[in-house]
Amino acid sequence: MKTDVLVIGAGAAGMAAAIAAAKRNLKVVIAERDEITGGILNQCIHNGFGLHYFREELTGPEYAERFREQLSRYAGAIDVLNDCHVLRLNRDRTALLVSPKNVFELEAKVVVYAAGARERPFGSLMIPGDRPSGIFTAGVAQRLMNIDNRKVGRKALIVGSGDIGMIMARRLTLEGIEVVGVVERLPYPGGLLRNVIQCLKDFNIPLYLSSTVVEVKGSERLEEVVVASVDEQFRPIPGTEKSFKVDTLVLSVGLIPQVEMLNGLVTLDKRTRGIACSNTGQSSNEWIFAAGNCTAVFDLVDYVTKEGERAGEYASRYVNGERFSLGVPIVPGENVMLTFPNYYNDVDDLTLYLRCKKPMEKALLKVGGFEKTFEDLIPSEMIVVKIPKQKLSNLDRIEVKLEEV
Amino acid sequence: MRVAVIGAGVVGSLIARELCKYDVEVLLIEKNLDVGWGVTKANSAILHAGYDDPVGSVRARFCSVGNAMYTELSRELDFEIKRTGSYVLAFNDEETAVLHKLLVQGEKNGVPNLSIHDRETILSREPRINPEVKMGLWAPTAGITEPWMVAIAAVENALENGLKLFLNEEVVDFEKQGNRIVGVITNKQVHRVDVVINAAGLFADEVAKLAGAEYVPLHPRKGQYILLDKKLGNSVRSVIFPTPTEKSKGILVLPTIDGGLLLGPTAEDLPSDRKNDLTTTNEGIQSVKDFVLKLVPEIDFSLVVKTFAGLRPESPQKDFFIGKSEIVPNFVNAMAMRSPGLTAAPAIAKYIAEEVLQQQMRINLTTKKGFKPERKGIRKYAELSLEEWQRAVKENPSAGRMICFCNEVTEAEIVEAIRRGARTLDGVKFRTRAMFGRCQGDFCMSKILKILERELKTDASQIVLKSPNSWVVDGKVRE
Ligand SMILES: Cc1cc2nc3c(=O)[nH]c(=O)nc-3n(C[C@H](O)[C@H](O)[C@H](O)COP(=O)(O)OP(=O)(O)OC[C@H]3O[C@@H](n4cnc5c(N)ncnc54)[C@H](O)[C@@H]3O)c2cc1C
Ligand SMILES: Cc1cc2nc3c(=O)[nH]c(=O)nc-3n(C[C@H](O)[C@H](O)[C@H](O)COP(=O)(O)OP(=O)(O)OC[C@H]3O[C@@H](n4cnc5c(N)ncnc54)[C@H](O)[C@@H]3O)c2cc1C
Repeated sequence: MKTDVLVIGAGAAGMAAAIAAAKRNLKVVIAERDEITGGILNQCIHNGFGLHYFREELTGPEYAERFREQLSRYAGAIDVLNDCHVLRLNRDRTALLVSPKNVFELEAKVVVYAAGARERPFGSLMIPGDRPSGIFTAGVAQRLMNIDNRKVGRKALIVGSGDIGMIMARRLTLEGIEVVGVVERLPYPGGLLRNVIQCLKDFNIPLYLSSTVVEVKGSERLEEVVVASVDEQFRPIPGTEKSFKVDTLVLSVGLIPQVEMLNGLVTLDKRTRGIACSNTGQSSNEWIFAAGNCTAVFDLVDYVTKEGERAGEYASRYVNGERFSLGVPIVPGENVMLTFPNYYNDVDDLTLYLRCKKPMEKALLKVGGFEKTFEDLIPSEMIVVKIPKQKLSNLDRIEVKLEEV
Repeated sequence: MRVAVIGAGVVGSLIARELCKYDVEVLLIEKNLDVGWGVTKANSAILHAGYDDPVGSVRARFCSVGNAMYTELSRELDFEIKRTGSYVLAFNDEETAVLHKLLVQGEKNGVPNLSIHDRETILSREPRINPEVKMGLWAPTAGITEPWMVAIAAVENALENGLKLFLNEEVVDFEKQGNRIVGVITNKQVHRVDVVINAAGLFADEVAKLAGAEYVPLHPRKGQYILLDKKLGNSVRSVIFPTPTEKSKGILVLPTIDGGLLLGPTAEDLPSDRKNDLTTTNEGIQSVKDFVLKLVPEIDFSLVVKTFAGLRPESPQKDFFIGKSEIVPNFVNAMAMRSPGLTAAPAIAKYIAEEVLQQQMRINLTTKKGFKPERKGIRKYAELSLEEWQRAVKENPSAGRMICFCNEVTEAEIVEAIRRGARTLDGVKFRTRAMFGRCQGDFCMSKILKILERELKTDASQIVLKSPNSWVVDGKVRE
């Protein structure tokens, strides 16, 4: 089989990319290993999606449904393969696709990789203790509750106060599971203030800041979790241990871009841990474009959609014969933890995403000849800023700085 | 003639299979929900060459012979082994002297092709090793395997050949006439027997006590491990040992069969009442980290997949305790199986069937006609050629539904594992490697739960991780 564009993954990024390419009259195959398109959106039944893109508040499944409709409108151009896992991508631009219908090779002129992120599993945290059942990542707990209609336990503790952790605290509570607290190792909440209020305060769920799990107990089902306060280096402080008798531990300790399939094919960025891309969505390998959480973990689906559209557009222009250079590197400087994209090509203005390193009341962002002041910055909230290309001309390297003011 | 084997670890499973070659009725009784979940589940998985067991010890007698038997065994039972070879590294003159002693000891133990390599040779084969290394003892027959898979494969094959397997059944006492055992009493029933073989791992001393037979006291020696992502599996190709001390073979760095990297184990003696203590500790994991960096200086600990612990059944004699009881004439011990018990197991099984039962106990065993020595493992579709896989999917669509993305396991393999006896999440995991990869089941666990629910015609709330009270999900959110 042959196609112009192969899109790997039909989450928010992949669906947007496929539609963008179909609008440019290309033949598109989008492969999704799940039974339906939508990716992580399908399990996020809370609202808060689409405020930027649709200017209204939708739930995850509603947001996905809008794009699913669009996909079907381009049915002639876009071939949607569900239940179809892309197992391998080869240097010669062929991919191996595996589905219950067939196992086959597909030849593409360009690939848009949109495989999303995976969660950091419990094992990787090296928490001492037993290895009982009842320990779930937030995503697994969310899937079991929202899609599979299963309660994950009776009494739970949550680790990680990012938006996902807090949303799960509320969800579990609403379904009659007692949530005894949310543990966060940072001295401030990891997610949006609105979620601290709507998901924790409104339900009287205590938030334990500067704290971490130091031990899990129970040789069959989880029985007890020991939590301790941490110092500035996140080391547990002896003597501060508190014990929670719970049968469930939900971990929300970060997402990792899924990049394994592209090992050896593209360059990765060591800060985002995702695929290093230009503002065109192009990777270090000219025929592989990427978008969404596999490039950097985004806060909002609206951003992901935009980046998917962008990657779809430039991938299409590539198929139509245009060639792009990666451009100049964008590097995080003072007070900046990470930036996306990782390179800038002046075909267009730059939409820059960044995260600060620490909470700041007020800071001046400096990028090339561009400056802008921001207030109330926290690392968990991405800064998004559009920078006109005139401000970035004649640079051989773009440093991104946040000066505290 | 009925023989009951107690304990379905690698030792008991191989003994049971060996006995199935004869016209006897073989019972295998295991208290866990599946086979290979005792000591056999968590160890270094090394097929030791056999140079570090004292000359004349029981360990030495069975280690290199068992090692050699694995080639044929893995072919018959279709489980994987890799002859990676092993290095014992010496960083100073004192340690170099130990290598020479090990070489001589190994030769006396019948270990083939041992040699001592200089720094250049070692670094040319294993470039990640600490360049301060001086010398290394190279043992080409050393290898790696998946220990639980040896037990699973042996039991599956034995079942084909008439074995009666009793899982989730604990031996709690014996019924005796005079000194002889006539019944094995479990928490569920009484089995009439003629011979009992005690392969109860960490608990073999307690089982022997119940029988009134000889035993050596066992206490657990904990070993903690760190498992790293597959990305690192090729950072070393062979098993890398430090120079051993009196107490243990030390903390090692080795590849795993499926391409990961394993670090450990520690050696911590625990009192005999802590035989179920499989907890990891900060100190243990930290000591593994600190130590391995001396062998392989660049290890990326951000790629940790999990940490776990295993328990060696250690005895004061530091040696296996194998043989027929003098007090209870129809009772045989296979206990104190510390390292290299995995390696030695096939040789021990053969010894017990041929020498202990037939010669020493004068039991006349006739070989069974129609014994089928071969067992096929679960077909791994992702390893097939494109054409073969296409054909398989035409016949069975679920062979094209990928469930575990990290380890590339299809629905067909999971269904097959259930058909072969997996009843729990861990049962599926250890038979297929699903949930074993870098995401630790985050993508596939909920799907596997549903497949188990469907195939076992049960409700997900009834499905456990590994033991009767290790429930995974509760009732429904909405009816
Ligand atoms: C719990 C949670 C709550 C959130 N809440 C909000 C919110 O309130 N508001 C908001 O705006 N955003 C929210 N987000 C963020 C937003 O939903 C995500 O950033 C966005 O949906 C990610 O889209 P994606 O396409 O990059 O990845 P995904 O949605 O993960 O899609 C990737 C897809 O690729 C498929 N795939 C991967 N590899 C392969 C392969 N080899 N072959 C075939 N298919 C493959 C996967 O099955 C998946 O469907 C939330 C995210 C989470 C996890
Ligand atoms: C940390 C560590 C590292 C090791 N490394 C290696 C190595 O690299 N190479 C090597 O060759 N060896 C190694 N070993 C040794 C090897 O793992 C053991 O020798 C071997 O697994 C022992 O197998 P077993 O069948 O005797 O015991 P087990 O696997 O424990 O089997 C005994 C079974 O008996 C069952 N049982 C107990 N009591 C009862 C009862 N009353 N009723 C019913 N069932 C009962 C248990 O549930 C268990 O399943 C290591 C061991 C450890 C702990």
